[in-house]
This record gives sequence, C-alpha cells and structure tokens, in this order.
Amino acid sequence: MSDTTQSGPVLAADGTPLKRSLARALRMQKVRALMLIAPLLLFVLLTFILPIADMLFRSVENRIVSDTLSETVVRLEDWDALSGETPDEAVYESLYYDLFVAAEAKEHTKLGTRLNYEQTGISSLFRGSGRKVDDIGEDHVKAIERASDGALKDEALWFEIMTGGSNAEGNTALLDAQRLKMEQLTSESFAADIGFVPGAEISELFPRMAVAYTDFALFTAVADEDVVAEEDPWETVFVAFAHSVQADGGAEALASYSGPGAAELQAAAAAIADLEPIAFKTAFLEIDEDWGDLGNWRTMQTYSPTYTSGYFLNSIDMQKGPEGAEPRPENQQIYMTLFVRTMIMSLMITGSCILLGYPVAWILANLPTRSANMLMILVLLPFWTSLLVRTSAWKVMLQQQGVINDVLVWLGLVGDDARLVMINNQFGTIVAMTHILLPFMILPMYSVMQTINPTYLRAAKSLGATNWTAFWRVYFPQSVPGIGAGSILVFILAIGYYITPEIVGGTKGVFISNRIAYHISSSLNWGLAAALGSILLAVVLLLYWAYDKIVGIDNVKLG
Amino acid sequence: MDSNDPVAQWNGAVLTLRDKERDKTAAKKKTNGEPDLADASNTDAFVEFERVQKSYDGETLVVKDLNLTLPKGEFLTMLGPSGSGKTTCLMMLAGFETATHGDIRLDGVSINNIPPHKRGIGMVFQNYALFPHMTIAENLSFPLEVRGMGKSEREAKVTRALDMVEMGSFGGRRPSQLSGGQQQRVALARALVFEPELVLMDEPLGALDKQLREKMQFEITHLAHQLGITTVYVTHDQTEALTMSDRVAVFDDGRIQQLAPPDQLYEEPANSFVAQFIGENNTLEGVIKEISDGRALVELDGGEVIDAMPINVSEVGQRTRVSIRPERVEYNKERLQEGVHTLKAEVLEFIYMGDIFRTRLKVAGNDEFIIKTRNAPDQVRLQPGQQIEIGWLPEDCRALDA
Repeated sequence: MSDTTQSGPVLAADGTPLKRSLARALRMQKVRALMLIAPLLLFVLLTFILPIADMLFRSVENRIVSDTLSETVVRLEDWDALSGETPDEAVYESLYYDLFVAAEAKEHTKLGTRLNYEQTGISSLFRGSGRKVDDIGEDHVKAIERASDGALKDEALWFEIMTGGSNAEGNTALLDAQRLKMEQLTSESFAADIGFVPGAEISELFPRMAVAYTDFALFTAVADEDVVAEEDPWETVFVAFAHSVQADGGAEALASYSGPGAAELQAAAAAIADLEPIAFKTAFLEIDEDWGDLGNWRTMQTYSPTYTSGYFLNSIDMQKGPEGAEPRPENQQIYMTLFVRTMIMSLMITGSCILLGYPVAWILANLPTRSANMLMILVLLPFWTSLLVRTSAWKVMLQQQGVINDVLVWLGLVGDDARLVMINNQFGTIVAMTHILLPFMILPMYSVMQTINPTYLRAAKSLGATNWTAFWRVYFPQSVPGIGAGSILVFILAIGYYITPEIVGGTKGVFISNRIAYHISSSLNWGLAAALGSILLAVVLLLYWAYDKIVGIDNVKLG
Repeated sequence: MDSNDPVAQWNGAVLTLRDKERDKTAAKKKTNGEPDLADASNTDAFVEFERVQKSYDGETLVVKDLNLTLPKGEFLTMLGPSGSGKTTCLMMLAGFETATHGDIRLDGVSINNIPPHKRGIGMVFQNYALFPHMTIAENLSFPLEVRGMGKSEREAKVTRALDMVEMGSFGGRRPSQLSGGQQQRVALARALVFEPELVLMDEPLGALDKQLREKMQFEITHLAHQLGITTVYVTHDQTEALTMSDRVAVFDDGRIQQLAPPDQLYEEPANSFVAQFIGENNTLEGVIKEISDGRALVELDGGEVIDAMPINVSEVGQRTRVSIRPERVEYNKERLQEGVHTLKAEVLEFIYMGDIFRTRLKVAGNDEFIIKTRNAPDQVRLQPGQQIEIGWLPEDCRALDA
C-alpha cells in the first residue's frame, strides 16, 4: 500500500504508517458516501449498463450456428468455398446427425431464421429439412427392425446394448461431452441423472451409434422426462449402426463385439447387407435441392465462428463474401444513407434550435424575474404535453389538407392544386423535432446567460462599442458554453429519436433509429439492431471527443 | 520603451494640451477659492448637471434637482450611503440611465441623447468587468479596435498603458489569472487606454483589502493628476473620498448635502448629516439660547450651557445638534481658553490604540462621547471613573440643524 522502503514511512502518533491511518480514517466516510448512492448505482447498473452491454455484445455474438450444427461447422472448415463444388459426404453426414438432434429440440428453425438474415431462403430450407430428416436411411431402419423377428424393436434390448449390460464399464466422458452439447444447443440444463451411461465397449466399436443413443437418452430423460429404457431409440441410432457396419472395418468391429445383443446386431447387419450404403449427400439433395446450392454452404461456413463481424458489415452496407468483406448490391444498400441522413438532419435540427432558442434564452435572461418566470413556463409547457400529442399536432398543422396549407390557400398565396408538401418528408421531421427539442437548447443557454454579468455589456459600450459590437465581441463569446451544452444535448437526443420521424417522417424523413426499432421489434434481428446501435453510440462518442478537442468540454456549462 | 517613467511618457506622448488646460484650471481654482455649488455659468465647466432629476417608478425621485459643475482636470468624489443617488448620477453621466428631467452637458454639449458608446467616457466598474474570454492585452486593445485603430498603433498604446499601471508583463494572461489588485490596475488601464478626457469610477476599490486599497488610492490619484484627466469617483468610503479628491460631493436622499474640498468638509460640515457621515463626531442636543455674530450659546438638554458656532441655525429657541470632533476636545485645564464654558465628564473607558488614546466619556447624559488624544510623552492617561472637566474652542463646536 504505502511505499515505505526508501525513505521510511511517515508515522502517525500511534506508530502506524500515516497513509494507513489516513486510509482508515477516510474509509468510514467513503463507505457512508457509497451507501448513499448505492441504490441509484445498483439501479443504473441493472437497468442501464448491463442491458446496454448485453445488447452491444449481441452485435458480435454468433454462437447459434456452432451450437446447433456443432459437428458440421468443424467439418465444413476444410471445405474450399471457391472450389465450385459442394462439400463432401462427411459434411452431409455430420449435418444429418446435427440437424436431427436440432429438429428434435426444435432449434433448427431458429438457426434457419438467423442464417436467413444473411441469405434469403435458408429459413425455409431448414424448416422443410427438419421435417424430413428422419426419412433419411428409411430402408435401412426398416430392415434392421425386421431382422431377428423384430428383436431390435425392443427398447429394453437397445438400452442393454448401449449400456453394455449391468456391470459393464461406462463411458462417462462421452456422456458429459454430449451433455455439454445439448446444453449449448438448447440453452437449458442437462445436469440431471438420466439413469444411463454409454458402455465403454460399444462406444469404442460404434462411436457414432453411442453418440446418437446418448443424445437420445439425454433428450428423452431430461427434455421429455421419460425413462430411457422404455422409449424407441431415434432413427439416428439405426442409421449410425447401418452406416458404421457398411463402412470400412465395420464388419470386423461387429465381429469382435460380444456384449449384449451381439446376435441381434449380427442379424441386423446381415439384413442390410444387400442395401446400398446410406448416401447422406444424395439423401439431402432429394429432400431439397438447395442443399446443393453453394451460396447456402458458403453462408454457413462464413457464419460458423462464435463471433462475427457480419452484423457490423451489414450495418455499413457490406457483407462477408468468399474473399472477405465486399459491398452489398446497390439495391440492398440502405444503412449508410440512413446514417448520413440522420447526421445531417440532426445537425440541421440543432442549428435551427440554436437560431430559434438563442433570442428566447436572451430575453429570458434579461427580463425581470416575474416576467422571466412566466416566459419560462411557456418554454417548459411542451414538456408537460405528451410527445405523441405534440407530434400529432404537427401532423394536423402540416399536412396537405392541414391548417397551414388551408390558410395559405385561403390567402391565395398557394393554389388549391399546388398545396405544399410539408409532412412525410425531411421538412416535416425537422420542423417537428426542432419544436420538440427546443427546450433542451433554451434551458442550458438560459442558465449560462444568467451568469453573464450585464456590466460586461456596459463596459463594452463605455469603451466605445456599438450595441452590436458589444454583443458580438463580448456577450456572445461568453454565451458559447451554453450553446455548446445545448447543442450536445439536442444533437445527441436528435440522432437517437424515432417516434417523431416515424410519425411525420414518411420514407424520406426517417432516421437510423427507426431502422433499429424495426429490427428490434419486427424483424427480430437483434444482432443487426445491436450493431447499428453500437455504431450510433460510437459516432456520438467520436463527435463528443471531437467537440472536446475543438471547443473543450470544460467550455460546456449547464449553469 | 526605455524610459523609467511610463506615466511621463504617456503624458508626453498624449496630451500636452490637456496639461496646459489643467494648469489653467488649477490656477483658476486657487484664485476662485471655494467653487460654488450651483456655478453653472462657469465658462470652464467641463461636466455640468443642471436641474437633473431621476425617477425609476414615476413615484419617488432618486435624484432630486441635482446641480453640479466640474472643471477640467478635477477629481470629484461622490460620497454617500447606499441609496443616496450617487451611483445613479454616475450612470446618467455614463449614459446607462437617462435623466427624467434636466440637462447633462459634457464640454458644453448636451449628452442626454447621445448613446454611451459615443460619449467617449472611460469607466472603471465595481467588479472591474474585464472580459473573461480575452487576454489582458485584448481587453485593452478592445476600445482601440472599435475605434478602428491600426494594429501597430494599438499595440504601442496597449503596451504604454500597461506599463503605466506596472502590468507590462501580464498582457498575455487572462483576467481570472490575476489577483484583485492586478485586475483593478488593468481595469484602470483599459479605461484610460483610449485617452478619454473624463473617467468615471464606480467604487473601484470596494473588493480589495485595506492595504492594497490604500496603495491603489494613492496610485489612482497620482495617475489622474499626472494625466490631467477629469475624474468622477463614486464611493461610500469616506476615508477614500477624503484622501483622493479635489472636491467631495456628499449625497444623501437624492441631494448633494455639501460640495467642498476634503478639509473643509471635515472641519466645516454644513449640516448634521455631513458632520455625522464624515469622520468621527460627538453630538450633543440642545436649544439655542443666545445668538450673535458668529457665536451662539446652547443650552443642552441636561441644563448645561456651552459655546458654539452657529452654522445653519438662526433663531433663539431653535433646537440644535452640536457637533465636536473628538480630537478637538481638550481636558487639560491649562490649555483651555479663558472664559469658555466647560462641561463635567466622567471617564468610562480608556483605549490604548498605539498612536492615539481613545477615551469614552459620559458628558451631559451622553455616554458615547469620544475624545482622542495624541500619544505624547507629556500626555495624561485618563483612568476610568475619573471626574474631569472638558472644553473646546467655540469655532470647533458647530451648532447644526437638529
């Protein structure tokens, strides 16, 4: 704590180092001060900082692909997306098992929705394939079930085969690995005791089958809350068995197996001997020919990492192509335009707030107290009116059959057939938002102007300055901190506004925040919304930094 | 700038002509003796108030019928309690307030309708009013800029003005980086830099501590006289008024109660307000018993009789307030003049103040009667409880209005 080795510590009267004494004396004070702000701190942390951090995190988070298709994404890594060929059989094989489990857990549609943000059509591909995935290897499954007079239709026999009998050695490592996989897939806990441990022997000879059965067991016991030994195993178990036996070395493995049900498995192997080995690729292409589409596979490969820059690229009208980031097709570009529009319109709103607010603030600061209070109420009045009411009022004022147009037509300034379009465009947004944000400009300006001593103006005049020079050279520079504070407030509020642009902005006058709101509540693409929000936040912080560099933040005064 | 005396340089460079005029004024003052209060016909008048009245609310007059004439080069102080109208007068002269009635003339020209920035009057404000967003040099340059002066000329004048107040090395600083006294000097330099012929100062030393204030009092007077500037100075501090001014106008209730040089003001107060307001003063109340060519006999409320000089009393039987300065009271019998009336007194308190002794007495029922005596080797130190007899020269005892 205290650096005491070099010059010797300064000691308090009781011999303890002075620094420690001081720290102890101040600790009580600090704790007390902290307790006072603790409720607010906690509230802000829970309701503001954590949600924001969570939202920002969503802008790069992409677990869903690797969680749902855990094996497929690993195999897909080796696929060369530019080769012009679909991935090889092994990838389709993994896809079969991953998709089957995902379909059982009903997670495949979520993945479809996620990937659909990047490539249209994937959503229906996943939804359709999820329904039909259990048809793959149908003939093999039936053949195995028919073998040995249907002995392998018996759930208990399967249970025994897979556990390897009551005293067999268990493979808990496999069980734990699959537990983890299921937890990642469903985001639920699979920690319960399921009354099943895969046998060590069977999981060594037929690893794929053991995995498939363990998945089944976990899902049955935990999600369906059934007894594993009383349920029919999933088709994947049969398919895994058939595929392993028909693969190289499968026959030998089976021959060396001597555990429970060895005879029945032998019979099953014999029953499928005449069938062609299962071809997963062909089977998937039969389900949906889009599984042969390179674009779909490319998308899956691109978005397989746990974290992705895809949302951010999307936010700036780019996308991840096979050779890295590339601009989106022109007809899909929207966000940059919106960002730029948001910035420019916010600046215009800030500017008009300054122009309209400055004289009002000046009058407020220079009137006698009583009239100033009256005027202040008028300034604050909009605060006490609902935002929607105010915005709707502007709708009434500005629309083509509205008050202003009617008056102009009545005065003959505008022809009845040439009514001005003042709403559902940028003009409408600027007018309505200037009105709504004006108090935020006036209040800081007013409180700064109030502190400017009127003798400065008198001094300037006594030194020979005209009214205008005195104002411009002496009063105005001193009121700049108020303008700065008001501008920062108004500008930051403006670029995040969305209710008013939504109502009066039409298509030409909407802001980036409207798009964010759309992705949050309609398209449910929260990752993109989070990325757009993060960029907006970054832009604000950047502008704030620039403002600090150029004007100096200590030049901002709220009073 | 190689001269040792920037003020002399300023003088040399600026206004030899004004100096001549000042000499003339000084000469005139000597021959004229006491300047007249309503001497509007004075051809040398530089600033004139003629029957000026001011009301803010249309019901009460803050300034009532003000007549005042200032010759060129004079240092005039407006002194008075707060609310006496002195600052209002200053503001009317500066152009920040308009006179409700009457005429204010500057150098013979009525300035009632001239806006402040065209009057060319330098002004030092109570809070200095240095522009906080400008450096000291920019502050000083401001009045020159608005007059359209060239850059090099501006710089030369700013340097000269800063040297004059011994602030030459502070040009690049901001007002907030200076101490009160330094800000005061800069404010003064700024009011002088555009060479106005009239400078107004509104309680400029109010915010300084005592020592600095005394130093600045001296410097301001020194500068004003050296440069030959006509100065109107507003203060509520009578010491300041007495030490600095050529003449002092004592304000009360919207009127000038007395306009006189400091010594006259102190020694010959024209009424009891001035007597009370300027310096320390003992008062005794009573009735005029006899009055004849410059002598009056006053019977105090306790029955004692004393000699006094009638100032603004004229009739026998009139109530009067008698005023005696503490240092003019004598208790050493040997020094008392023959035949004057004396009063019995009881010593209540003796305060040793170093250079003087201050003794509180009970005289004729008044137990706040103060006498001051010089700390000299032969001086008697009075003891509390001692019974003494006091007296004074009749001309030091002024019978004023009650």
